[in-house]
Amino acid sequence: MPQMNMVQAINDALRFEMRKDPRVVLMGEDVGKVGGVFRVTQGLFDEFGDDRVIDTPLSEGGIIGTAIGMALYGLVPVPEIQFGDFIFPAYDQIVSELAKYRYRSGGEFSAKLVIRTPVGGGIRGGHYHSQSPEAQFIHVAGLKVVCPATPADAKGLLLASIRDPDPVLFFEPKRVYRAAKGEVPEGDFVVPLGKANVVKQGGDVTLVAWGAMLYEALDAAQKAAEKGIDCEVVDLRTLWPLDIDTIVQSVKKTGRVVVVHEAPKSCGLGSEIVALINEKAFLHLEAPPKRVTGFDTPFPYTLENEYLPLSHRILPAVVETAQY
Amino acid sequence: MSSMSAPKPAATEAPAADALDGSNGASHVGPASRVESLAVGPAVARHPGDTKAADVVKCLRDDSTLDPRTDPGLSSAEVIALYEAMLRTRVLDDRLVALQRQGRIGFHIGSLGEEASIIGSAFALRPQDWLFPCYREFGGALWRGMPLQRYVDNMFGNANDPAKGRQMPDHYCFRQAKVTSISSPIGTQITQAVGFAWAAKLKKDDLAAIVYFGEGATSSNEFHNGLNFAGVFKTPTIFFCRNNGWAISVPTERQTASRTFAEKAVAYGMPGVRVDGNDIFAVIKVTRDAVERAARGEGSTLIEAMTYRLSGHSTSDDPKAYRPDGTVDPWRAQDPMARLRRYLHKHHGWTDARDKELEASLDADLREAIKAAEATAGPSLESMFEDVFAEVPWHLAEQRDELVRGPRAKGHP
Ligand SMILES: Cc1ncc(C[n+]2csc(CCOP(=O)(O)OP(=O)(O)O)c2C)c(N)n1
Ligand SMILES: [Mg+2]
Repeated sequence: MPQMNMVQAINDALRFEMRKDPRVVLMGEDVGKVGGVFRVTQGLFDEFGDDRVIDTPLSEGGIIGTAIGMALYGLVPVPEIQFGDFIFPAYDQIVSELAKYRYRSGGEFSAKLVIRTPVGGGIRGGHYHSQSPEAQFIHVAGLKVVCPATPADAKGLLLASIRDPDPVLFFEPKRVYRAAKGEVPEGDFVVPLGKANVVKQGGDVTLVAWGAMLYEALDAAQKAAEKGIDCEVVDLRTLWPLDIDTIVQSVKKTGRVVVVHEAPKSCGLGSEIVALINEKAFLHLEAPPKRVTGFDTPFPYTLENEYLPLSHRILPAVVETAQY
Repeated sequence: MSSMSAPKPAATEAPAADALDGSNGASHVGPASRVESLAVGPAVARHPGDTKAADVVKCLRDDSTLDPRTDPGLSSAEVIALYEAMLRTRVLDDRLVALQRQGRIGFHIGSLGEEASIIGSAFALRPQDWLFPCYREFGGALWRGMPLQRYVDNMFGNANDPAKGRQMPDHYCFRQAKVTSISSPIGTQITQAVGFAWAAKLKKDDLAAIVYFGEGATSSNEFHNGLNFAGVFKTPTIFFCRNNGWAISVPTERQTASRTFAEKAVAYGMPGVRVDGNDIFAVIKVTRDAVERAARGEGSTLIEAMTYRLSGHSTSDDPKAYRPDGTVDPWRAQDPMARLRRYLHKHHGWTDARDKELEASLDADLREAIKAAEATAGPSLESMFEDVFAEVPWHLAEQRDELVRGPRAKGHP
C-alpha cells in the first residue's frame, strides 16, 4: 500500500471518484490551476479540465448556492471552502436550503453536496484561519459532518461522503494535512459514515477525540500509561450522526470519559456527547465526564498553544478522572 | 506542480491611441451616464496598457510631466512626504518578508506595487475622515498617524499590539488615526463603512468613510449590499477597489464579465471611475473629488484603482505556481515608486544620494521598532479572556483560572 499524507489521500480520493463518476465536479476559490491554497486539488485541473475543476468568483454564498442548483440538476458537486472560517457567507444557503431541501419538498428533491473545508488551529492563523465550526452545523437538522484524522480515513470517508445520499460537511484538519502520514489503500476504498474507530484499547478511561486532536489524545494516553492509567482512545471520524454505540460500549467498560475538541467548550460537540453518555450510561459512570476543549473566546493568535487542548491539558484531566 | 497552462497573454484591450492624451478631462467623477460602454468583455487591468483607455484618469505622464487637467497641485514638500511614505511602505514590506522567512514573525501580506493607490488615497482624505482598511493598507494607516511601533508590535503579536496579540499580523487597528479594525473575511468591511458614513450623515457630521477592498471582493455579498445601500441612502462613502489583477491565483476575468469594475457603480446609481493606480497624482485627484462629492451631499463614489500585485498574495503564497514571472515585467516597468522617483528627480532636485539617505533612515527607524517589538513579551494569559464581553462572565473567569493554574504549553513561561 502506498504511503501518503492527508493532502495526497484526499487528492487520490477525488481523482478516483472523478474518473469513475462523470457527475462529480469540484469548485471553489483557487481550486483550479493552482490546485488550492493547500494544494489538495493539485493536478486535477490538468486531468479533468475547467468544466470539472472550476475556479469560481470570490463568493462562498455563490459557490454553495450554485452547487445546490447543480446538484438539483443531477451533478455531484464537491465544493471547497478555502478555510472553514470563510464558510459563513454561505451559511444561509447551507442552513436554510441545503439542509432542508429533502425535508421541505416531501422527499421530492434533494441536494447532495460534499463541502470540503480545512478546519482547526495549529498554523498560527488567528481568529479567521483556525476555527472548528462543527457544532454550528451539527445543530442544523439534515447535515452530516465528517472529520478524518488519518490519510486512509480521509480517503475512505471522502469516498463514502461523495456516495452518501445526504449533504456532508467534510472537515479537514489542516494542522495534520502533511504531518499525518500512513498507508492508504489503492483504488476504491470506503470507510463507512457513522462508525467510530477504537484506535487504542484500554480499560481505565475513555478518551473521545477527532481530527488533529486525536494525536494529542494519543500522546496523553501514552503519558497516562506511564502513570499506570490505561486509556481507550476513540476516534469519532463521523461527527454527526455520531457512533453512539461505540461510545456507550467504551464508557460501560471504563466508567470514565474525557472528550477533547478544539472548538469552544460551551455547546460544543463535547456537550452533546456528555449529555448522551449521561442519558445512556449514567449508572456505569465512576466519575463525572470531562471536557478538554478550546476556551469560549475567539481563537487567539499569539496564545494559540495555550488555547488548544493539547496533551499537556488532556493529561491532568485524564489523571483527575482516573483518580476520582 | 505539473505543467500548468500559463495565464492568458496580457489583454491589450486599450482603445485607440487617440485616447492616450488623457482626454478624460477633469470631470471624471461625473454622473453615472459617463460610463459609456457596458459592453461585455474581459475585465481589464491585466496589462499596464489597459490603463491607457480613455476613461482611465491619469496625470503623471511618461515624460514625468503632469497633465494640468488632473494635477492635484501638490507642493514640493507634499510630494516628498508622499514619496517617503511610499518608500517606508516598501522598506517595511522588504524587511517583514525577511522576518517571516527567518521565522521571527508568522505572516505578512504586503503592498508591493500598490503603494501609490494606498498612500495617494489616504493622503486625499481630510483629518475627520475615516478609513476602513482591507489587509494591505498599513501604509495608509501609518500615513494617518498609526505609530510605526504599534504596527510592528502587531506584526509580532506582542502585548503592545493594538489588537493585544489576538489577531494575525497585518490585522491592526488604530482608533486615534481613525483606522478601524481589520478582519480576514473578504468584503465584510464594505457595508460597515456604508453604515458608518450613513450614521455621520444622519447626525449631520461632515465626514466621509473610505473603504478598501480588492477586485476579488467585488464578488462578495457585501460589495453588492454596500453599494446598494450607499446608493439608496446617498451615504458619504468612498469605495476604493484595488484592482491588482489577482485574488490569490484567480485572475480578474474570473471575478466579473463586466468590462471594468468601475462600471458596476452604474447599476447602484453612483458614479464609478477608473484611475491609473500607479500614478499617485491621479489617485489623489480622484479620491479628493470623491471626498468632495461626499461632502456636497451627493453620495458615494466607486473608484477602481488599476494597479498590480507585484509580489505573491502573502508570505504563504508562491505566485510562480500560477503566474510566470515574465508576465509581471510590464507592470514592473510601471512601478509607482520608480515613476514618482523619476518625477522627483526631474522637478524637485531629488538625487540618488538623498534616496539612499532616506532609505537608510527609514530602515534604521524600522530596525529599532523591530528590536523593541521583539523584546516585548507576549500578551498575558489572562488577556485572552478579556474583551470577549465588556465584563468577564463566570464561565470565562472559570476558564481563565483553569488556564492560569496550568500546566503550560511547551515553550511558554
Ligand atoms: C470570505 C473569504 N473567502 C476567502 C478568503 C480567502 N482569501 C483571502 S484573500 C483572498 C483573495 C482576495 O482577493 P482581492 O479581493 O482581489 O484582494 P487582494 O488580495 O488582491 O488585495 C482570498 C480568496 C477570505 N479571506 N475571506
Ligand atoms: Mg486582487
